Amino acid sequence: MDVVLDNFGGYVDATVITVELTLLSFAVAFVVGVLVAAFRVSPVPPLRTVATLWVEALRNTPVIVLMYLFFFGLTKVGVSYSPFVSAVIVLAAYTSTFVAETVRSGINSVSRGQAEAGRALGLTFPQLLVLVVLPQALRTVVAPLGSVFIALIKNSAIAGAFAVLDIFGFSKALLNADAPPIATLVGAAVAYLVLALPAGWGVGFIERRVAIRR
Amino acid sequence: MTSTPDFLGDELGPRGRRRVMQATVVALVVIAAVVVIAVMRFAHKGQLSADLWRPLTKWSVDRFLLGGFVNTLKAAAVAMVLAMVIGALMSLARLDTHRAVGWPAGTYIDFFRALPELLLIFFSFFALPTLGVHPSAFQALVLGLSIYNGAVLGEIFRAGILSLDRGQGEAAAAIGLTHRQSMTAVILPQAARRMAPAIVSQLITLLKDTALGVIIGYDDALRRADNIGSFYNNRLQAYVFVALCYIAVNLVLSRIAHRLEVRQQRRLGAAPIEVAGVEDLAVMGAQASSKV
Repeated sequence: MDVVLDNFGGYVDATVITVELTLLSFAVAFVVGVLVAAFRVSPVPPLRTVATLWVEALRNTPVIVLMYLFFFGLTKVGVSYSPFVSAVIVLAAYTSTFVAETVRSGINSVSRGQAEAGRALGLTFPQLLVLVVLPQALRTVVAPLGSVFIALIKNSAIAGAFAVLDIFGFSKALLNADAPPIATLVGAAVAYLVLALPAGWGVGFIERRVAIRR
Repeated sequence: MTSTPDFLGDELGPRGRRRVMQATVVALVVIAAVVVIAVMRFAHKGQLSADLWRPLTKWSVDRFLLGGFVNTLKAAAVAMVLAMVIGALMSLARLDTHRAVGWPAGTYIDFFRALPELLLIFFSFFALPTLGVHPSAFQALVLGLSIYNGAVLGEIFRAGILSLDRGQGEAAAAIGLTHRQSMTAVILPQAARRMAPAIVSQLITLLKDTALGVIIGYDDALRRADNIGSFYNNRLQAYVFVALCYIAVNLVLSRIAHRLEVRQQRRLGAAPIEVAGVEDLAVMGAQASSKV
């Protein structure tokens, strides 16, 4: 376990990077996901088609394949950012599809009368969605969105294989420097547990505060 | 899953239809602009040149890449079987009346479910050799996937078993069945049906995660795409090919999962199985609860 104690500061820094990676990716994924969900239920056919393609293409491709495409493929057409930014883009794009599907389910769970009442008041579709449907829809899907967030913490480890010094990337670098593998990787596991367990509690807390169950 | 959302309610009036028409035109223009810019960018960098795409139409190249994909499917298949076995044992142990059996199983499930699979695959590949076990890339990949998915499936099985009405177990006990008899004859057959959609959904996740094998050098489609890419200088194109393989297979599997789910809802009216921390299951749970 000496390797973990000697590099304790490094593990802490790496954990901070994993937190940044996860929070940033989730923030982007949330915004994009809600937008895509809105597109999917909108009465405008081309928007529905684009949103469906986005969801089906990205959620059915493994994150690692998306990473390869973005890191090594899209550089060929001049798209290249720092490893951290690239990882955020890929993780956010992948996660946005799950946010979108979850939010869309929430939208479908809002009772019909709400939308009909909004229509009767003369609200346009965007007004109806933003003022009436989404506030209710989001509160019904807090728990599944929490699951998506926790899954994202775990998926973020894949960024570590692409030169991001998050928890996984840092322990990988230690291994390359001939650190003892068991202690190094157990240290990484502990760091992930330290993040995942409170995240689970946090989701439970938010759920108790804002969620409505139907 | 109709294309028009339920909540739109009645048909649009003349003004609504006009707005939709306007939005459609604007959307089409924006989409066309984005596509044109992307195509121009690709063309400008020569990535649309036929020389880069043509190798992918050669059967020898396709066979090579698909062979890699078959390797992925093989690893996924073995991991699925092992994970199901681990999951079944863990869930039964966790529900066992003896604490000494239940506690370790519960710890296993909660511990490994919270870890990234990549870490477990890495551990199998790089840490086991220091203990004198030297797994191949295939074995390490399968082991890492099985440990993690065994934990997730264990939780699915447990939730499925607990979702049954208490009366089922009580009735079995009342007619004198032992714990084991009531499990095999009464509880498990019913629970299995309820769990089917969640299991298929998790197997899709497992198949996607099998692609992680490339990180430890497993000879899968992604690695072979690298080889093809460096030979023909068409990485981008080769990766697109691999992505399409995954999308095709996963779309078919998602359809199956969705069918099962619809059937389950109709026949059993059963609540979905919810397991926290897995993205595909989260979507399935949300979809199911929105229909109830």
